[in-house]
Amino acid sequence: MKDRPIVPAVLLVIGTILASRLSPHFLDIHYLLDTSTLYAETGLMALAMTFVIISGNIDLSVGSNLVLTACLSAKLLAAGWGIPSVVVAACLMGTCFGAINGWLVAKLKLPSFLVTLGTMAIYRGIAQAMLGPASVKLPKAFTGLDQLLWFKIPVPFLIFLFATLVTGLILHRTVFGRWVFSIGTSERASTYSGLPVDRTKIIVFALSGLMCGIGALLIDSRLGVARHDLARGIELDVITVVVVGGAAITGGKGSTLGTVLALFLVMLVRTAMGVANVKAEYQLTVIGGLLILAVLAGNLGQLFNRRSAARR
Amino acid sequence: MGKREGIAFGFLVLLSGVAGLKEPRLFQPQSIESVLLWMPLITVVAMGQLLVILTGGIDLSIGSILGFSGIGVGLVLKANPHLPLPIVFLAGLAIGLALGAFNAAVIVWGKISPLIVTIGTLAAFRGLTFILSKGDQIDSSMIPDSLTVLAHSGITIAHVTLSWLLILALTIALITFATLGFTTFGRNVFALGSNADAARLRGISSGSVQFAVYAICGALAGLAGVMYASRFGFVNPGSAGSSFELTVIAAVAIGGTKLTGGSGSVLGVLLGCLLLSCINVFLSLLGIDANYQMLTYGLVILIAILTDAAARRGKA
Repeated sequence: MKDRPIVPAVLLVIGTILASRLSPHFLDIHYLLDTSTLYAETGLMALAMTFVIISGNIDLSVGSNLVLTACLSAKLLAAGWGIPSVVVAACLMGTCFGAINGWLVAKLKLPSFLVTLGTMAIYRGIAQAMLGPASVKLPKAFTGLDQLLWFKIPVPFLIFLFATLVTGLILHRTVFGRWVFSIGTSERASTYSGLPVDRTKIIVFALSGLMCGIGALLIDSRLGVARHDLARGIELDVITVVVVGGAAITGGKGSTLGTVLALFLVMLVRTAMGVANVKAEYQLTVIGGLLILAVLAGNLGQLFNRRSAARR
Repeated sequence: MGKREGIAFGFLVLLSGVAGLKEPRLFQPQSIESVLLWMPLITVVAMGQLLVILTGGIDLSIGSILGFSGIGVGLVLKANPHLPLPIVFLAGLAIGLALGAFNAAVIVWGKISPLIVTIGTLAAFRGLTFILSKGDQIDSSMIPDSLTVLAHSGITIAHVTLSWLLILALTIALITFATLGFTTFGRNVFALGSNADAARLRGISSGSVQFAVYAICGALAGLAGVMYASRFGFVNPGSAGSSFELTVIAAVAIGGTKLTGGSGSVLGVLLGCLLLSCINVFLSLLGIDANYQMLTYGLVILIAILTDAAARRGKA
């Protein structure tokens, strides 16, 4: 393994030390686990975005997919559907919206950032057209999943851990995972070697959608209301997590472990800023800067490697 | 008028026809004026975005640059209310140029995809806008009347007033047209977008062309910040220019610009801007509320890229 996610790991250690000087709560495992429920959606979507970015694509529509699915699920619950059927419906809807992106990218050979820029506006636009400024309340029975503990661990975090295990195994231990890396490294070579390039892309985007669907259920349950302007700008956090985790935006490189470490890092930075009373709007500057710095650092590293290789 | 402009023109006629049948008030001078009120902002930013997209790039940070420049100029005006107007506009241009040059520097020297850089600065510049304004809005009391009057007065032809802002926007479109059509820089922009490798082999410095387009795009978004203050009479750090990138990219796309670069025209984009301004006004005239705006922009972008894909298939 030559692409070990050293950078996010080192940053995470430094960040934890700095944060624990800011407030001793950062060394309190219960406090950290409590905070983790706020980032479960970001984490789930980042796990799937790792696949998308490694395959050389990007999905800008994740936040909008999450919101649309969250609003539709809330509507279904309000219409009297049972909780099990809504859970299934949300997963299906999210997957479906993701697969639409994948189909447009794979079959019509359109650039993924344009397709998902369009569907980013469309998915949130549908939610806004459907609800307007109103919010849909969720039934009591559905809310409070984030308060639920299993062996003292919040359930959303457990769901994230389970998803990490599954996606990590798929990405790093299956043939499908190798296809994702191969397509991101060279799509042409993958086509010539007879890989099912189109199908892989559609599945990757559908997976991204599935995570949005699960995330939608989590956010509905945590907030107790669904509105069209939930999770605005969450795609920035998701993409930042994946890129800080060492995935190359040009494709072909990245890892589940890196993404998980980077998620903890972004969580830590956001929480520390919250503790230090930095306003949410100000935090945008830091997260945006972090994204650019992470890519810059990756590029500089590559340049350095190439230089030292040339010298040899 | 080529085939690409034809599509935008067709949409425009179709839309006006349908909307006009449902609501005859549409063809009164007031409605036309409110369409023309929307035009200047979209047009100015769209010209910058056109240059960027022609090179095969994209700039998602324009809305945040617009907001930052609006707040920056508002604060300057708060301190010196009697600043001459040309200096106010130049200040907006300069602020935008600085932010655009930052984008350009990271994209060109850092060799990072413009998409990622401008997603980052979309957030970062918005955050800076809040830090600069300390979360406070620039109120109408801080913006001199001499600036706001530019959005409503101008040259009147047949009961329809062409505002000074619109005239400024059209002048910028004309300059863009001349630059793209008749200068080496313009040729290089097209060359870079059609085939970056070939352009490099022909000795075109792709770095300096790229640097220039992002800097110009930023400068025009900065100028639009001043125009925003003039048109609305206030600047809110959160809402000024928020999601404006979608409007502008939709206008550029429906104007027949190939979103992957190398092909597009100023005339087409102007039609696209007119089309989107019409959509904005028609939606409110037809009683469809603002809740449908984002959906409409998204559909416009998707229709534009699908039309392009269909055209490519037809050729192949």
